[in-house]
Amino acid sequence: MLYERPKTLQDAVGMLAETRGKAFVLAGGTDLLVRMKSDEFDANLIVDIKSIEGMSEIVETDGAFVIGAAVCCAALGEHEALRDAWPGVVEAANLIGSTQIQGRCTIAGNLCNASPAADSVPALVAAGARAKIVGPDGTRTVDVQEIPLGPGKTSLKAGELVQSIDLPKPAPRSADAYLRFIPRTEMDIAVVGVAVNLTLDADGTVASARVALGAVAPTVVLSEAAAGTLLGTRLEDEALDALAAACSAASNPIDDKRGTIEFRKHVAGVLGRRAARMAYDRAGGA
Amino acid sequence: MSAIAVSTTINGDDVEFLCQPDETLLDVLRNRLGLLGSKEGCGTGDCGACSTVMDGRVVCSCLVLGAEAEGHTIETIEGMAQGKDLHPLQRKFIEHAALQCGICTPGFLVTAKALLEVNPDPTEEEIRFWLAGNLCRCTGYDKIVRAVQDAAREMRGEVA
Repeated sequence: MLYERPKTLQDAVGMLAETRGKAFVLAGGTDLLVRMKSDEFDANLIVDIKSIEGMSEIVETDGAFVIGAAVCCAALGEHEALRDAWPGVVEAANLIGSTQIQGRCTIAGNLCNASPAADSVPALVAAGARAKIVGPDGTRTVDVQEIPLGPGKTSLKAGELVQSIDLPKPAPRSADAYLRFIPRTEMDIAVVGVAVNLTLDADGTVASARVALGAVAPTVVLSEAAAGTLLGTRLEDEALDALAAACSAASNPIDDKRGTIEFRKHVAGVLGRRAARMAYDRAGGA
Repeated sequence: MSAIAVSTTINGDDVEFLCQPDETLLDVLRNRLGLLGSKEGCGTGDCGACSTVMDGRVVCSCLVLGAEAEGHTIETIEGMAQGKDLHPLQRKFIEHAALQCGICTPGFLVTAKALLEVNPDPTEEEIRFWLAGNLCRCTGYDKIVRAVQDAAREMRGEVA
């Protein structure tokens, strides 16, 4: 196995495209190094992207926050403007692992690891985040939900890597929230996670909504039905009841040691209701 | 596999070493540099016994490749005491009997020191969340938390 630390994106793409056999991109390494220690792990090449210029920076442009693929999640929590703009994305990213993991793990890695239970992914999807991908055929930008295809599988082609995650600047009177259920208080994998992103009209009615569910299907679920229950409402009890029912209905979970199908579907509704209320309050709704 | 030459700074000293591409920083510290204070508990980033500080952030050295240390600054438990003068956290861990077998202790000390550098007056809850990635299987956490609180008080210049 070779370890390479390219200085440019072009070099990184070249190395990934030209290698024979399996190649892996190394950003924070908190998933990859665990996999490397397994007997089944087989790789010819590890491409460490942390020395590429801009990869470890958050750049605020007029319209977006451009988060380099190697920015650790702790740095998201330390970025005041990002925290103010996307509190749900930041709280989701900061729920991953421990202090030690936070200092290394990245949202691009969380996305490309393609775990159904990834905490930051529902929040990124609800926020309308886009992933900038660079590869042998140039650069393309996709909605983040197009990258995970199923547990451990992504739509990235040979030689491609995520360069940045781009979060749009939110519209006025907008806010997001992310909640997950775990049986302990920290350091665990989501049994269910729900992200809600709302934009309100001047009178406090919901003008647009996005609701994304994690750990209840092979990939994150962006539910238009759940979002639709909130449109035109001020989160009255009937609207929240309809949201909870829609979140439960949109869930297609598995039974495992962390939760049954019945439990997960129920909790998706409970968390949807609470996350919607949090997002609404943050957006200035009364 | 061919060895990789790495230049880094460890506890203030310039250090050069050779390592294999799949060798972790923890293995380099222990097996090549003789720095045996960082422990291997789980090897998968769950227990925190291998906690070290890299460019000011606490990391699990079992989840960092030795090669990734190139050009970075590493601090380990060996750099915590100044000669024979223990760091306040080290003294308070002893005073509060916040250890039994000691395997987790270097990781707790390194992680707690990093906390007090960013937050000199943490609440008990903040201490417990910050240390959630450090597992202790014998003393339990209450004595550890009290030792950290006591050290923080002393480091803030308050009478303990």
